[in-house]
Amino acid sequence: MVNVVEVHQPMPEQALPQTKQSAAEQTEAPEIMIDVRDLDFAYGNHQVLHKVSLEMPAQAVTAFIGPSGCGKTTLLRCINRMNDLIDGARITQGAIRLDGVDINAPEVDVVDLRRRVGMVFQKSNPFPKSIYENIAYGLRIAGVQKRSRIDEAVEKSLRGAALWSEVKDRLNANALGLSGGQQQRLCIARALAVEPQVILMDEPCSALDPIATAKIEELIHELKAQYTIVTVTHNMQQAGRISDHTAFFYLGRLVEFGATAKIFTNPREKQTEDYITGRFG
Amino acid sequence: MFWAFRCATYFVLACATFIFLNIAIKGSHTVFTSRAPFINVTFLTQPPQTLYVFDYNGKKMELSDREFRKWKETHTEDVEATSIAYSAGGIWPCIVGTTLLVVGSMIVALFIGISAAIYLSEYSRETRFIRFMRVAILNLAGVPSIVFGLFGFGLFVIFFGWNVSLIAGWFTLGLMILPAIITASEESLRAVPQGLREGSLALGATMWQTIRKNVLPYALPGILTSSVLGIARVAGETAPIMFTAAYAMRDEMPWQVPKWTDFFFQGVMALPYHIYVVSSKIPQNEYTERVQYGAAFVFLVLVMLIALTSIVLRERHRRRLSW
Repeated sequence: MVNVVEVHQPMPEQALPQTKQSAAEQTEAPEIMIDVRDLDFAYGNHQVLHKVSLEMPAQAVTAFIGPSGCGKTTLLRCINRMNDLIDGARITQGAIRLDGVDINAPEVDVVDLRRRVGMVFQKSNPFPKSIYENIAYGLRIAGVQKRSRIDEAVEKSLRGAALWSEVKDRLNANALGLSGGQQQRLCIARALAVEPQVILMDEPCSALDPIATAKIEELIHELKAQYTIVTVTHNMQQAGRISDHTAFFYLGRLVEFGATAKIFTNPREKQTEDYITGRFG
Repeated sequence: MFWAFRCATYFVLACATFIFLNIAIKGSHTVFTSRAPFINVTFLTQPPQTLYVFDYNGKKMELSDREFRKWKETHTEDVEATSIAYSAGGIWPCIVGTTLLVVGSMIVALFIGISAAIYLSEYSRETRFIRFMRVAILNLAGVPSIVFGLFGFGLFVIFFGWNVSLIAGWFTLGLMILPAIITASEESLRAVPQGLREGSLALGATMWQTIRKNVLPYALPGILTSSVLGIARVAGETAPIMFTAAYAMRDEMPWQVPKWTDFFFQGVMALPYHIYVVSSKIPQNEYTERVQYGAAFVFLVLVMLIALTSIVLRERHRRRLSW
């Protein structure tokens, strides 16, 4: 019970980014968080991204849509350099800037980058540990040892991921015992615990039923007040519901990028319209 | 044709049954007794002694070395006794020696093997050199055990000057099962879902933190279970230890050393080597047969227990980790 009292204290901190956002809205010029510039990317000799350029604004949801194999996920994984793990995968040209800093510059620490850019995967991947330890993992590897601080972060993250009321009585239960939707929200909570600036979501709802999907979508809507969210989705309606900006990819090229409302009602390109209306893809 | 296949299978079964029954029946004569406590305690807890057999007043006496000397103190008559080496007493030092060899060599093999497997499956990229290395490791598994024995003798016993010692045996046996351990460890590491690694790295963990906290703990049960089968192999091999670690006879137990460092540099008796000695180095008769089959039976039971442990552990571990 003690930690519950403690947790309510840092609330003003939470409110801080919101004021920042309203300031941004007032000036009508959204701050650019992720700036992708003329990006070429290849797996070995197979080029999968061609001259992709787009600017993703802070505290907003950007959705990547497009048929399978069009490079959406590859681009998403470039933003936290997850592709570093794949043999022969590399950026052949162009750059990605996060908050103005080139993330592939040699002086950038990839561990630090990934702490700032969290990721939620297509297949929910809770660690086979307790719910509590799942959330605490990111903090522990960052060197946080103080029990009270971890307790606090666990509750805050679980509340942030709208999971607290469902799991607060069984924090020590194995995370694999949660339902699919809960597992995915746990993964979101785990990402929130290390307080990133950006959250990347790779088709977070693809394995979930409609009710769990609705919960995650609602959550994304709430999270964008504090975080910059980039999500990949195969579901057109979902992109329309949750995103502020939509990028349509086709065969490794960015076909169109703009405000979601505009892309869905009045796309500039014929290809975009065909895809959105379901004529192909 | 069907009958040919069927007969072949039955033939194998018959051979296996014959071997097991033969050892079990003859061995149980030595290991079990008709009187309480029904187990031949001497055989399991005493070192081997020389057996003396002689006729005394028309009665046939079978006395161990120690008993024979005591008997002589009370009897002044001159008797013509036949001495048969190793056929009295028991095999306790061999059981202890084999246990020590197994434990030590498993520690050596697991430490080197898991480290190598982590490098191969987590860090290394699939270059030509790594592929070559994998082939080399597989080939190592095919090297006959006597060659390992010679190698250990040349390197550890002679070149390092460790003499015939536990530590030389550990390294020789450890190297012998290294390929099996590496392969099993790599398989267990690969069985850990990639999602756990990515999830951990995406939270800002370093590669080593990810392996230590989120890969190895889930691979370890699998590694250990498959290693138990390696234990059976280590316990069973005679060739690698006959030049490097095993003594045919030693009076002191391994813990009876002047200083603790000597512990590593002493030779020990070992079950498979003892069986080899009693069945090929001394004249054969009904008395030596008892020791041979007794030791073989105990050995078989030990190896079976180890295999059983492996199966139980594996089943339990399969039920616990399912993703």
